[in-house]
Amino acid sequence: MSDIDLDQRPANNRSAVLKSRLTSWDSIILVLTVLVLIIASFTVDNFGTSRNFTFMVLDLLPIILIALPMTMIIVTGEIDLSVASTLGLTSSMMGWLWNQGLSIESIIPLCIVIGAICGVVNGFLITGLGLPSLAVTIGTLALYRGLAFVVLGDGAVADFPWNYTGWVTGTIGDGAVPNVLILIVVLALIFGIVQHATPFGRSLYAIGANAQAAHFSGIRVARTKFWLYVASGAVAGLVGVLWTLRYSSARADNGAGLELAVVAAVLLGGVSIFGGKGSLPGVLGGVVLLTALQNALRLEDVSGQALNIVTGSLLVLSVLLPNVTSAVRGNWHRRKLRQASATSAQ
Amino acid sequence: MLRSPRTLLSVTSAALLVAGLTACGGTTKDSASNTSGGGQSAAAADPNAAVKEGLKIAFLPKQLNNPYSDVETGGGKVAVEELKGEYKLVGPNDASASSQVSYINTLIQQQQDVIVVAANDPNAVCPSLNQARAAKIKVITFDSDASKDCRDAFINQATTEGIGQSLAKMALEQAGGEGEIAVLSATPNATNQNSWIEVMKEELKKPEYSKLKLVKVAYGNDDDQKSFQEAQGLLQSYPNLKAIVAPTTVGIAAAARYISSSSYKGKVAVTGLGLPNQMREYVKDDTVKKFALWNPADIGYLAAFAGANMASGKITGAQGEKFTAGKLGEYTIGADGEIVLGPPTEFTKENIDQFNF
Repeated sequence: MSDIDLDQRPANNRSAVLKSRLTSWDSIILVLTVLVLIIASFTVDNFGTSRNFTFMVLDLLPIILIALPMTMIIVTGEIDLSVASTLGLTSSMMGWLWNQGLSIESIIPLCIVIGAICGVVNGFLITGLGLPSLAVTIGTLALYRGLAFVVLGDGAVADFPWNYTGWVTGTIGDGAVPNVLILIVVLALIFGIVQHATPFGRSLYAIGANAQAAHFSGIRVARTKFWLYVASGAVAGLVGVLWTLRYSSARADNGAGLELAVVAAVLLGGVSIFGGKGSLPGVLGGVVLLTALQNALRLEDVSGQALNIVTGSLLVLSVLLPNVTSAVRGNWHRRKLRQASATSAQ
Repeated sequence: MLRSPRTLLSVTSAALLVAGLTACGGTTKDSASNTSGGGQSAAAADPNAAVKEGLKIAFLPKQLNNPYSDVETGGGKVAVEELKGEYKLVGPNDASASSQVSYINTLIQQQQDVIVVAANDPNAVCPSLNQARAAKIKVITFDSDASKDCRDAFINQATTEGIGQSLAKMALEQAGGEGEIAVLSATPNATNQNSWIEVMKEELKKPEYSKLKLVKVAYGNDDDQKSFQEAQGLLQSYPNLKAIVAPTTVGIAAAARYISSSSYKGKVAVTGLGLPNQMREYVKDDTVKKFALWNPADIGYLAAFAGANMASGKITGAQGEKFTAGKLGEYTIGADGEIVLGPPTEFTKENIDQFNF
């Protein structure tokens, strides 16, 4: 149905320029990520070890998983800021259900469903009632976190079974590959294929570029967005489970502030906050780049405050640079056009 | 593609079905065996081993830039210098449950010999601490303990008995051996204060306290204004009062402020638990002769020595083992690997200027 190929649009020239700029930003991030990894392995003591690799994968696990649906949502020009609170609510619910005597095998799917329901509420308010996603998800950010505290209060539930908590922090056959990496790879592949190789995925870009045009060309804009929020909630629920098991501690304040880390990584990966642009490989690169940089700096005993300054500057640069280069390029292009018209007039 | 609310309904019910099916049989709270892995096999202690030099001892407080924990880790730094070790201080900017874990992981990677940590969450740090112990790093907790099975020893700043006895002793001294005394506490249900007051009352039954009479326990709710008024009220009701004992830093400061500006100055003593910086002016103007609190610098100092002794194989954290902690003297490890700092430090006009917290 809605197989829109952006390159076939009338504004052929401009979109080609746009596309080349985008792919170049993606590749800049990916190259930068590889560079940071290589340089850190050689210059930072204890960086390139298998144990540090495990630690890094565990640190980026929540960010990378939530970033998968978040990328799609931001590509459509919307945002979901309630993800970390959904995580906190599922973590609380997990502790509460565990205290009620339910088995962990039934709690885990239930928690994912709870996350999905949080997403349904967001999706309904945004697509059903047509409210702005920024306002709605700031509201549910507070709401879900509040509910999390209602469920569990200030307490914590910690006695989850060792075979589950151990699995999350463990590695395959006690080797170098963390168990959770399988989860990351499988989910990244699914989301990557959906986003980049299906009509559904292509329609996201059309929605982000111009929702009305997308609507008139037959894309079910509201329904598409609705399901993105459900997916976002479900993934946040899954991450709530993983977070709880990793720290073997179900708490209402789990993951507080994580939504900003996710949005930051997605933007660093070259996704435009205005929608319509961005790719998943770029985002994956962005997450790895941020995590690796923080890990390396921490190993070098850089203080927490300095760490914030570095990552903050990197983010500002990541938003600034593509805009500056496009402005410079546009200027140069216009000047060339002017020169061309001047010479032809003579 | 996805159609209609019915799809949603079916997805949800499918998920619920999965949940329902798995609900029968599975790991529940009651059936879960919670033998957490990690940790180390307990090696035998060698009391004759020398304390090694060059040990890497890292401090990880609840968060950085907190004045109280700065004093604690400052004491640790002094101890590490005495031990000729390498001191390191790291920590998150926020005191959230999980933010310490990345720092513990970094310390494992850096192969520290000892990690001295104040746990933000007794359980969230556990898997990481056990990884550290598996990597032959000794883990000492201070301030707030982690679960017993993921640390080697805990530095306990004070026992309930120690505080209660110290309060009774100071009251006896300050009242001049006899007369009426009153307690100005925090809230009526403050757990710590109540247990200290209980111990104090037990002490007062002993013969040497027979001439001391506790006439009233007042509550200032740890509010400066209320504590000030309660102190006023105590002296109106009991004009013969010899001493006010306030086992709370807010209460003792408010009582001292009232007495120092009233005609009771020099007649009624104020003592209890207080912070030197808050009490300095009242000690200097002789309103307060003596008060007490554990010395936070000693907590860090003792933690560093305990860690160094453990990393050198002198102790393992088992009950009854003894070690020497520099200027603080000899310590014996108690049940569950607890090391009690000892009786609180007493502050007087002579020594108060040595303390800044």
